[in-house]
This record gives sequence, C-alpha cells and structure tokens, in this order.
Amino acid sequence: MIRFEDAGVTVDTPDGDLAILEPTDLTLTEHRVGVIGANGSGKSTLARLVNGLVSAASGTVRVDGLDVATDGPAVRRRVGFVFTQPAAQLVMPTVLEDVALSLRRHVKDKREREARARAVLADIGLADRADTSVHALSGGQQQLLAIAGVLACEPTVVVADEPTTLLDLRNARAVQERLLSMEQQLLLVTHDLDLARRCDRALVVEDGRVTCDDDPERAVAHYVESALS
Amino acid sequence: MRSLPLGLQVPGDTVWHRLPTGRKLLGLVLLGVGVVALQGPWLPLLALAAALGVALHAGVPARSLALGVRPLLVLLAVVAALQTWQRGWPVAVEVVATTLTLVVLATTFTATTPTDDLLDAVVRAARVLRPFGVDPERVALTFSLAISSIPVVTTLFTQTREAAKARGLERSPRATLTPFAVRTVAHAHAVGDALAARGLGDPD
Repeated sequence: MIRFEDAGVTVDTPDGDLAILEPTDLTLTEHRVGVIGANGSGKSTLARLVNGLVSAASGTVRVDGLDVATDGPAVRRRVGFVFTQPAAQLVMPTVLEDVALSLRRHVKDKREREARARAVLADIGLADRADTSVHALSGGQQQLLAIAGVLACEPTVVVADEPTTLLDLRNARAVQERLLSMEQQLLLVTHDLDLARRCDRALVVEDGRVTCDDDPERAVAHYVESALS
Repeated sequence: MRSLPLGLQVPGDTVWHRLPTGRKLLGLVLLGVGVVALQGPWLPLLALAAALGVALHAGVPARSLALGVRPLLVLLAVVAALQTWQRGWPVAVEVVATTLTLVVLATTFTATTPTDDLLDAVVRAARVLRPFGVDPERVALTFSLAISSIPVVTTLFTQTREAAKARGLERSPRATLTPFAVRTVAHAHAVGDALAARGLGDPD
C-alpha cells in the first residue's frame, strides 16, 4: 500500500519556493494505478516520491507503513522502479550480469545469484539472451531487461515512469503485458490512455495537483476534456 | 561482425578462463609493466605476437580483435610517424608494438573474465580500505560503471556529432563538445537515479 500524507514537492528558485507538486493526500491500495497528465504536470515527481528519488518538502510518503524519508533503504527493497530510458538503467555488460547486479547486495553467493538471475530472465522471456551484450538488445528487450532487474529483487510495488514511451508498437505491447500481468502493485505513469484504461484506478495530474482520482474511464475522459479544451 | 565491447565475456573453458580473476588481474599488471620495459623493436614485436597468440587461444575472434584496435590505428600512425622522424624507426616500432600488446592483453582479460567475477576481485582488494570508510561494493560498482560507460559515451558523441553535422556545424568544435558534455552529464544523472532506485547506493 502506498500512502501520501499531504506530501508536496517544491524547488528553490530565485523568486522563492516553487511548488511542482502541491500537498497531496492519497491512499493507493489497488493492484494497478495509472497516472496520466501533460508533460511537466508533476506525474513523474509523484512517482519518484514513492522510492525517495525525489524528497517530499512537506508531508510524508509511506510504503507498506514505512516512511520513505526515514526508512529509505527498506523502502527501496520493496519498491522497484522502471524508467523511461532503459539504457540508463543497464549498467553491466551482459544481460545476465545486469540482472545479477540487482542481487549483489542481498545474495552473496555467486551461484545462487546467477541461478536467480537466470530464473527471472526465463520468466521474462530473455533466457536465450543471457550472455548477450546489453547494447545488442532492441529497445523493447532493454526495457524488459530493466523490468527483470527490478523483479529480481522481489519488490512488493513496481513504479513505472512512462516505460513504453520510446518503444515501437510491438515492443510497447510486450512491455505493457508484462507490467500488467505482474502480481506486484503497479503505479504506472503513462501517456498511453488505452493503457491507463486497463488499470484499476487512475489519477490525473495537472499543474502539480491531482485533479481527478477516479475509475480509469472517467479519469481518462476528464483528462481528455481538460487537455483539449 | 561488431568489435568486442569492453567487458563482454567470450564464453569458454580455456586456461585463461579458468585462471582466478585476482591472479589474472595481477598478471595483467605485471605483464603490462614488463612489456613497457622492453627495449628495441624485436622484443616488443615478439610480445605482441605472444599476446595475439594468447587472445586467439582464449577464443577472442580475430576479426573482433582487429575491429577493436582499429580506432587506435590513426593515433598510432601519427605516433609512429613522429617517433620515426624524431628518434628513428626502431623506437616507433617499439612504441606501437607495446601499445598494441597492452590493448590485446586487456581485451583478452575482459573477454575471459565475467564482470561479476571482476567485481568480486575488486571488492576483495578494496576491503583493506574499509577501515578508512571506503565501501568495497561501491568501489567495484564504480569500476564496472567506468567500463560499461565507454560504449554509451561513444554513442553519445557520435549522435551529437551527427546532430551538429545535420545543422551544417561539423567544423564547429563547440557545436559538438558543449552538447556532448551536457548529454554526458544528463546520462550520468539518469544512471545515478537508476542505481539509487535499485538500492545500490544504500548501506547493507
């Protein structure tokens, strides 16, 4: 469960603090929660609060009861994060080694680490690419690998920040299906309104505020009307 | 066939693959020092031939090896010309052969060593620094990032140069170098975020 308790984010400017996310109060218990909104609206800031990539200037964010500000490492063990740019997430030369890197902190035995990494790769459909260079993968495969690196740590929550924006239709579909079929709670930031409709709940973020929190169909309708008016 | 990316292992079961990583790394350092100390044109050439023999025995594809050293060839040609002009051809041969030997040995090392094993070796070596507040895992991760960033930074440079060319600014170093620096820093930020999200900077 993700809980925002009047959590807000500001940045320093020469004219004083500028709110990029107004104090927000939300309790997210649904399996799949979509977040939609225009570029620069504050969607990613909201998502990044969940694992401490962005710190709240006011209020508190909790994941499974843990305060992100004070229990950061424990929260990050529970929250996996998938970024828009998979290339920035892949830091080891080969596919297998990159997944194994996620496990280095918590699985000291090399053989166990490798076995677990291979199991995750098999589950995500990249078993035959285990010894391939990460740079030789397609964009979609790189994003799947990034997801594999996240799932290897067995998180309870996965936050995905526009994970399909840079992918072609086929790869985007593969990544979407993988994300939507996960058993973990998913907080999905997206511009894909069809994808948002497949969530259990959707939030619309506009100008740093959650302006609609509703059933996905109604939230998408609200966003479309607001964006095109 | 592409050149062999740095850090990408060539699977195999040769003696070079089976050598413990720490000893192999130490051997590489000692060999490197030894090769640099060689004088005259013939011994460095012999060392280069031996290094090539080791690389081929380790299963590093010859064409990949050739493509891997190709970016150095222009630089080495300039160095060879300068050395020949100033100090004579034997010194030019010595410098070029020594440099190529080091590159071939380093490529063979990375090709026969899984990066995970390399990180373990670095972690073991860095443990002596733990009393001074150094986190061995962070040192190993930094080492790995340095290796894996090379192809990424190369790609960023190529893309930036192409963008400058598309605007007719291929002769302006500023049009390439400034955005290249900005994009490299942006990439470093993105990688930093990704590492933080994976909890790799967190204490045990």
